[in-house]
Amino acid sequence: MAITAEAQFHVLAVDDSLIDRKLIERLLRTSSYQVTTVDSGSKALEFLGLQDDDDDEDSSDSSPSEIEVNLVITDYCMPGMTGYDLLKRIKETSSLKDIPVVIMSSENVPSRINMCLEEGAEEFFLKPVQMSDLERIRPHIMRRKPADPEEEEQGEDQPQPSQTPPVLPLQQQITNDNTAMAMAPDSSSSSSKRKAMDEGLSPERRRPRCTVTA
Amino acid sequence: MAAATLKDQLNGLVNSMFAEGLLDDQFTQLQMLQDANNPGFIAEVITLFCEDAERLLKELTTLLYFQTLDAYVHQLKGSSSSVGAQHIKHGCIRFRQFCEENSKEGCVHALNLVKHEYYRLKTKFETMVQLEQRIQAYEGQQQQ
Repeated sequence: MAITAEAQFHVLAVDDSLIDRKLIERLLRTSSYQVTTVDSGSKALEFLGLQDDDDDEDSSDSSPSEIEVNLVITDYCMPGMTGYDLLKRIKETSSLKDIPVVIMSSENVPSRINMCLEEGAEEFFLKPVQMSDLERIRPHIMRRKPADPEEEEQGEDQPQPSQTPPVLPLQQQITNDNTAMAMAPDSSSSSSKRKAMDEGLSPERRRPRCTVTA
Repeated sequence: MAAATLKDQLNGLVNSMFAEGLLDDQFTQLQMLQDANNPGFIAEVITLFCEDAERLLKELTTLLYFQTLDAYVHQLKGSSSSVGAQHIKHGCIRFRQFCEENSKEGCVHALNLVKHEYYRLKTKFETMVQLEQRIQAYEGQQQQ
């Protein structure tokens, strides 16, 4: 299978802390992503091509940004627009909703995590974010296909009957081996999303808990 | 070779800071992000941290209201955590507990502790930055 050589993915990182922006930028660059950092949700929306006024409900591409953003990673706790607010805005905007969004937070609050995941965040990272966390980003960036503008417009109006996924000839292949696993691409990451909540974090992540044991 | 001596000094300093618990594992993460292409990363980040910390400590010293206090302590906790400044981070966690309890006395005490830890760390960070910069200077020269 041909590797799309040197395909450069562009990540937009949002954090009000300068130090954390430096850190995330360095981490992302080390992973060979192109990076833009901004210090607020509203600047993020600007970068993505949205005005901060009201909605682009009808937006065909009203003002598409020149740079295609493949993933947004944002801090949760920010003054003004929180990371959650930003996530919502992105998911509510037809031209942006397919961009994967990752939330970072210094606090491990299960209700917060759930809220973000339910709103459509792909992952929730505890800060400080480390190299090992970034490996979890790649599948989300890879999975998203670049949007075909024509396809998007038509897709709104016309139900396309040919959209059923190709029938896999797997039924012929299911033998007594458990090769049925090959079929489901989606069984994936729902378990990894919970990682931040789950106390049983993978042993590499020996991260001190936020509550001090003095 | 001069650069090697400087590096020994730097390693000695960093190791002693680990041993004392001034730095935690996050600092190791930062070290991994510094390489030949980004020789100034650590010096840059710890300098930014010191500026940030000074600003916040100054604000904290003059503040009276617990909610605002908490927001600043949260910021300081965040940046100290990102840099691996362990004692400061823990000091901030205790500080926030006093904020939650609305204990003025506790907050004053906690603030003094955090400041003490910060100044202890600051001197060593300043030495670290100097060593890093001198090392870079040497290695820059050698490439010419």
